[in-house]
Amino acid sequence: MRFRVDRDVLAEAVTWTARSLPTRPPVPVLAGVRLEADANGLVQLSSFDYEVSARSEIAADVVEAGTVLVSGRLLAEISRALPAKPVDVVLEGSKVTVTCGASRFTLLTMPVEDYPALPAMPAVVGTIAGPELTEAVAQVTVAASRDDTLPLLTGVRMEIEGEKITLLATDRYRLALRELSWTPATPGHESIALVRARTLSDAAKSLGSSEQVTVALSTGAGVDLIGFEAGGRHTTSLLVDGDYPAVRRLFPDETPIHAVVSRQALTEASRRVALVAERNTSIRLAFSEGQVVLNAGQGDDAQASEALEAALTGEDITVAFNPQFLLDGLGALSTEFVRMSFTHPNKPVEFTGQAALDGDDDSSYRYLLVPIRFAS
Amino acid sequence: MSRGPLRRGPRPDWGSDESHCGILHVDMDAFFASVELVRRPHLRGRPVIVGGESRGVVLAATYEARAFGVHSAMPMAQARRMCPQAIVLPPDQAAYRAASVAVMAILGQVTALVEKVSVDEAFLDVSGARRRLGSPTVIAEQIRERVRRELDLPCSVGIASTKFVAKLASGMAKPDGVLLIPRAATVPFLHSLPVGSLWGVGERTEAALARWGITTVAQLADSEVATVQRAVGKVAGAHLHDLAWGRDPRPVTPVRQEKSIGAESTLPEDTADRSVLETHLVSLADRTATQLRERGLVARTVSLKVRSADFRTLTRSRTLGVPTDTAREVSLAARELLAGVDLGGQAVRLVGVRAEGLTASTTRPLTLEESVDDGHAPQRRAEQAMDEVRRRFGAGAVRAASVVDATSRTSTILEPPGDLS
Repeated sequence: MRFRVDRDVLAEAVTWTARSLPTRPPVPVLAGVRLEADANGLVQLSSFDYEVSARSEIAADVVEAGTVLVSGRLLAEISRALPAKPVDVVLEGSKVTVTCGASRFTLLTMPVEDYPALPAMPAVVGTIAGPELTEAVAQVTVAASRDDTLPLLTGVRMEIEGEKITLLATDRYRLALRELSWTPATPGHESIALVRARTLSDAAKSLGSSEQVTVALSTGAGVDLIGFEAGGRHTTSLLVDGDYPAVRRLFPDETPIHAVVSRQALTEASRRVALVAERNTSIRLAFSEGQVVLNAGQGDDAQASEALEAALTGEDITVAFNPQFLLDGLGALSTEFVRMSFTHPNKPVEFTGQAALDGDDDSSYRYLLVPIRFAS
Repeated sequence: MSRGPLRRGPRPDWGSDESHCGILHVDMDAFFASVELVRRPHLRGRPVIVGGESRGVVLAATYEARAFGVHSAMPMAQARRMCPQAIVLPPDQAAYRAASVAVMAILGQVTALVEKVSVDEAFLDVSGARRRLGSPTVIAEQIRERVRRELDLPCSVGIASTKFVAKLASGMAKPDGVLLIPRAATVPFLHSLPVGSLWGVGERTEAALARWGITTVAQLADSEVATVQRAVGKVAGAHLHDLAWGRDPRPVTPVRQEKSIGAESTLPEDTADRSVLETHLVSLADRTATQLRERGLVARTVSLKVRSADFRTLTRSRTLGVPTDTAREVSLAARELLAGVDLGGQAVRLVGVRAEGLTASTTRPLTLEESVDDGHAPQRRAEQAMDEVRRRFGAGAVRAASVVDATSRTSTILEPPGDLS
């Protein structure tokens, strides 16, 4: 095998393909990236850890076709560090040499025949606009659990109904729901998948810069896989198994009280006031006509308070939140204002975005947060 | 109960000046065994051991059994060899807890300043009760008399000017006695003891001090603080040196915050089978969580203890995202910890689960589900129902289906008496 490729092209492709390689793989070959150069001037890079696979293609001057398996991490680091010149990759015996300008690296190869076959990309089910996917995934994964003892909740539930996709995630204390439109491959397509939040946000981050991201899915028969493809890059991941709890019912049917506050101002004030809220303590928000007063800390501890303008509809209400969960919800929104809808001081509060102070809220994204009980 | 050998000969008299001696340490004698004797009076005068039936350890032994060398925390097999005629009774934690509550209730009527140390011992500060009830020795006798009359249980009382000397004194007073260490006699008294009697000096510390030639409290007191610190560490060294001179400023603090709650069990036979171990974890987590709910506490950290057949013990702990008091979450965390333990091919002899980082359960955040359903998530609800069933029909009335067979033959100890640990 022998090919020449542009340094930036190589570095970007290797970095992307090797991004999810395990640091301590169960078998050494799984730490590798497979390079397959063909006579048509294409080099295909692939990685696989039996759960997540990644494949990318780059154009290169292929002098001699061939396949090698080398350490993905090392090749990624080397290619990023090379000077901006053409790179020659040549297999010599059992070693691969990487030459670029005056730099020369020799890498050991691993047996290609021991490398597992990558799963085939499942059938395409539709396409989503890249930026929208990135935003939506970031908005819901913030609420997914990071606790591996509850594997189900480390996933994001994806519900496809025709031209609408709903993403849902919860760690039991907050729940995020985002609806977005997409273009299904077949009209009226319906399916449900549970994707690991980490995998999903990784795919969204690395492919979201493309205009369109193709989604592929196979559920029910055989292996449950989801795949994403954009700009010559393919990634697949096993789906999480299990029945996701019925969480939609947790959203309140009616909210007699709501308040609209500048999102930016509330975020900044919350950050400041939260400085005195120690671990496990809450930040309290007292809403009354025209304002909200934030405060944290009590008794002999350090205390802080700050008042902000707020448009309140309904009775005065005071709620207390875990400061980080509050900030996560505010950060997931991108609108000028945030609307917080209440039923009772101890019942979940719904956060939605709102463009103008006296407009309607945008219910395509909803963040539901349970308040912390406090003695009034 | 004391692990030390039975003291023989007359109790030394350290004087009778009771001024400045307001601290009492009340310690039940062979507590679990004594409780058993109350309902089995025909066993009085005979060697009786409470502990796990086939394996496990001695939890308590009557003085008749101790005369054969049996002491608490000793493996049961060894105890049986030393005293084959002993009557071995399985532990009945519910009965011991009930007796403990009754004892503590009597102490609570003497003064509000009661610090419960474990199920069978407590400190009392009676310096303010002199007018009302009499001198500390009079109060000590009143307590012993009431506990004996109302509960038919023996206890010993140590009286001193500080907590740790009072505790040492109660140990010396056993069985069924009272010992006063006047303040002026504190240092001579301490200096008559081996260093291992000091509070906090276990086998390891004892060995560390012995390497520096320190085997008695007198030698400890005469050593440079720096030397002691070099032997056992900075903080412990300074503390031990203070103790050796009778300096112990710790007051009797009535509400003692429990640091951890847990349960452990010696398996009926050593096993390396992880599914068997997991089954035990389920039942241990259940017991731990039941105790948490009983006391209105939630735990932030779950720790797992595994002792292998070669008696090596390792512990692993995991901090939860959110504090809990449900068996399900405790056992999930414990199982996760077990999965990370490399047994190195060794079989396991004992497993334990402990809940740490305890706070009042009112501080536990509700989940969305609990908040919407008014504080009743299905799992908590199920476990609370189990609590209710056990209250009415006894501890064995209900348990997880997966543990029914595996645990029926194990000895599970919940709250060993304080000085076992």
